[in-house]
Amino acid sequence: MHGANLIYDGTFDGFLSTVFTVYEQKLSNVTIQNETHSQSLLFAETEFIPTNETQAKRVWKGLIKHLTFREASVVFYAFLSEQPNVENILLDYIQYIFKNEKGAGEDFSHPSVLKIAQIAKQVGREKHRMEAFVRFRLTKDEIYFAGIEPDFNVLPLILSHFKKRYADQKWLIYDIKRKYGIYYDLHSVEMINIDFPDTFDFTKTDETYFSEAEFDFQKLWKSYFRSSNIEERKNMKLHIQHVPKRYWKYLSEKQPD
Amino acid sequence: MSFERTREKLKILADAAKYDVSCSSSGSKRANTNKGLGNATGMGICHSYTEDGRCVSLLKILLTNYCIFDCAYCVTRKSNDIQRAAFKVQEVVDLTINFYRRNYIEGLFLSSGIFKSPDYTMERLVSVAKKLRLEENFNGYIHLKSIPGASDELMREAGLYADRLSVNIEIPTEIGLKKLAPEKKREDFVKPMLKVKNEIIQYKNEKKLIKSTPKYAPAGQSTQMIVGASGESDFQIMYTSNFFYKNYNLKRVYYSGYVPISYDDRLPKIGSEVPILRENRLYQTDWLLRFYGFEVNEILNETHPHLDLDIDPKLSWALRNRHEFPVDINTADKRMLARVPGLGMKSVYKILNARRFRRLNWDHLKRIGVALSRARYFIICDSSDFERADISSESLKGIILQNSKTKYNNTLNNQLSLF
Repeated sequence: MHGANLIYDGTFDGFLSTVFTVYEQKLSNVTIQNETHSQSLLFAETEFIPTNETQAKRVWKGLIKHLTFREASVVFYAFLSEQPNVENILLDYIQYIFKNEKGAGEDFSHPSVLKIAQIAKQVGREKHRMEAFVRFRLTKDEIYFAGIEPDFNVLPLILSHFKKRYADQKWLIYDIKRKYGIYYDLHSVEMINIDFPDTFDFTKTDETYFSEAEFDFQKLWKSYFRSSNIEERKNMKLHIQHVPKRYWKYLSEKQPD
Repeated sequence: MSFERTREKLKILADAAKYDVSCSSSGSKRANTNKGLGNATGMGICHSYTEDGRCVSLLKILLTNYCIFDCAYCVTRKSNDIQRAAFKVQEVVDLTINFYRRNYIEGLFLSSGIFKSPDYTMERLVSVAKKLRLEENFNGYIHLKSIPGASDELMREAGLYADRLSVNIEIPTEIGLKKLAPEKKREDFVKPMLKVKNEIIQYKNEKKLIKSTPKYAPAGQSTQMIVGASGESDFQIMYTSNFFYKNYNLKRVYYSGYVPISYDDRLPKIGSEVPILRENRLYQTDWLLRFYGFEVNEILNETHPHLDLDIDPKLSWALRNRHEFPVDINTADKRMLARVPGLGMKSVYKILNARRFRRLNWDHLKRIGVALSRARYFIICDSSDFERADISSESLKGIILQNSKTKYNNTLNNQLSLF
C-alpha cells in the first residue's frame, strides 16, 4: 500500500493540523515533512496541509485529556527541536497516547515515548542553557540586547522566564540563526524581525551601538570571573563540559582582552 | 563609582571569597510581584563555570578581608601578609544590580572578614541586603553569611532580606577547631544557626495564620566543612553533617577540599594535592542520606570509618550487604530499587512507571539509562540471562572496576600508588 506524504508550514499549529488530517482521513503509513526542507518520496502521494487553528486546538485538547500538563509540554518541546523526522516520531507518540488509557505518557518501555522524552530533555537543557548564557549588553538607546545561536528553537520557551525576571528594563534577545527575536518594551513581549546592517558583528561590543558604561561592566565581570577561579583545582575538561565551546563567542567573560 | 578602584577591590575580595563553595541559588520563593528587578522562584541557574569547573551563579564577594581573627585555615587570617580592601555598601549594591541586569548572576553571596566586632560586621551585611530590597526593588537571590557571635536581633533582621543564611562550621571536630582556630568556640557558630532555625519555624507557623507574614530566609540555611585540614575521618565529617541536618534543619552541607594556603605546620603543606576525589565521595554520601533513604551508620561506622576512594559509597555498601541482593526490578519497592548500585533516582522513577505496562528486561533497562556495568550484578529482570550470585564481594569489586571507566582513573592511580 502506498503511504501519504504530508507537508506542513513548519509551525506547531501546522503540525497539529496535520495530525488532525491523519485522523480525519484515517491515513496510515504517513510521512510528515516541514515544507522548508521537504523531499519528494517515491510512490507516495504528496499533499500540503494548511494550518487550521481550530483543528490544531482540538488535537491539543485531546492530548491534554490523555496527558498531564507536563507530558503535553514535552510534545511542544520535542517539536521545537527541529530534528529531522521528529514529526513522525511525534505522530507515533500521539497515536500511542490516543490509543491507550491515561498514563501511557509514562510508559518509557515504548520506543517513541522514550525517544520523545529524550529529545524534549535535550531541548529543555538548551532552554536552561539559554536562560544562563544570555548576556545582555546595554545599547545607547537603553535596550539590553543579547544575540544567541541556540541548537534548538528555544525563544518561545525562554520568553516568560525573561519577562518575569527583567520587568523594569527594555530587552531584546535575538536568535541569529533563525533570524527573529523577542523584544520586551516594559509592557509586553513581541516576536520581531530586525534588519541588521551588514557590518554588524554580534560578537563585538561596538562603541557605535553600545553605551559607555557597558565597557566598564564587561571588564568588571571578566575580572570577577578570573578571580573566582581556584588555580589549584583547574579542570578544563569539566569547564568545557559545562560551557561547551560553541557558546563562547557570545559570553562576555570568554571574550579576549 | 570609580571604575579602577572598584576593579581592584573586586579582584581582592572575589579572590578571598572563592573558597566558600556554596553556589546554590535555588529554593527561594521570591516572585517579582512589584514590577521590579529579578525573580527568585524555584530553580537556580549557573550562569557560567570557572576553569576549575565550579558554577558561577552568584556574585560571591567579601565585604572586606580585614579580620580580627587568626584562624590557621583561612586565607584572610590576621597574620597573613596579603592585600586588604573593603567595599562601601553602595558599591556592592551597584555591582549586584548591574551584573544582574546583564544576566551574569542570580544574585549576591556576601560574606566578610570580621572587623571591629561581629555585630558591627553583621550590621553592614544586613544593610547591603536591605538596600537592595527596599531601595532597588530587587527580587533576586541574596545569600548572607551569619557572622559567628552576631546578636539575635541582627540575625532576625538578616532573615527578612536574605533568601539564605549560612554559617560555616569549617572544622568538623571540636579538637580540630581548638587546634586551628583557638579563638573560636563551637557555640559561636551554633548560636546564630539556632536563632535562624527558630525564626524560620516561627515565621512558617505565623504564615499559616496570617497570610501577609513576611518571608524569612525562604531558601533556608546551609553550612560548610573543610575536608582534609585537621586529620578528621570521613566518619567524623558525615556524623557532624548528619547532626546539623537533623538538629538545625539545614538545606545543605557543603564539603570543601582544603586548598593549601599557608606555611603553618599545623596544616597540609603548600603544593600538596587538593583532596578532590575524597570531597566527591563525601558529596555522594550526602546524597545517599538525603535522597536515597540511607542512614549514616549504614555507610560509615566504627569498623568502616573511611569511604572507599576507588568505588562509590553505594556500591561499597552493596558489596558489604550481599544478602540484600539480587533485587527483582519488576517487583521490588522504591526503597530497595534506590539501593541498587548504578540506579539513580531518575531511573528508579522511570522503572516504577514503565513496569506498570510490561515486565522489563535488560534491553528496557539499558535504554532507560541504568548503569548496567554496576547494576547487573545486583538485579534480576524479565530474562533468563543473569549474573552468577556466588562471586565473592572482593572479586566482584575487581570485575566491576575492570569493566568501568572512571574520570578519576588518573587521580586514583596517583593516590593509590602511595601504598
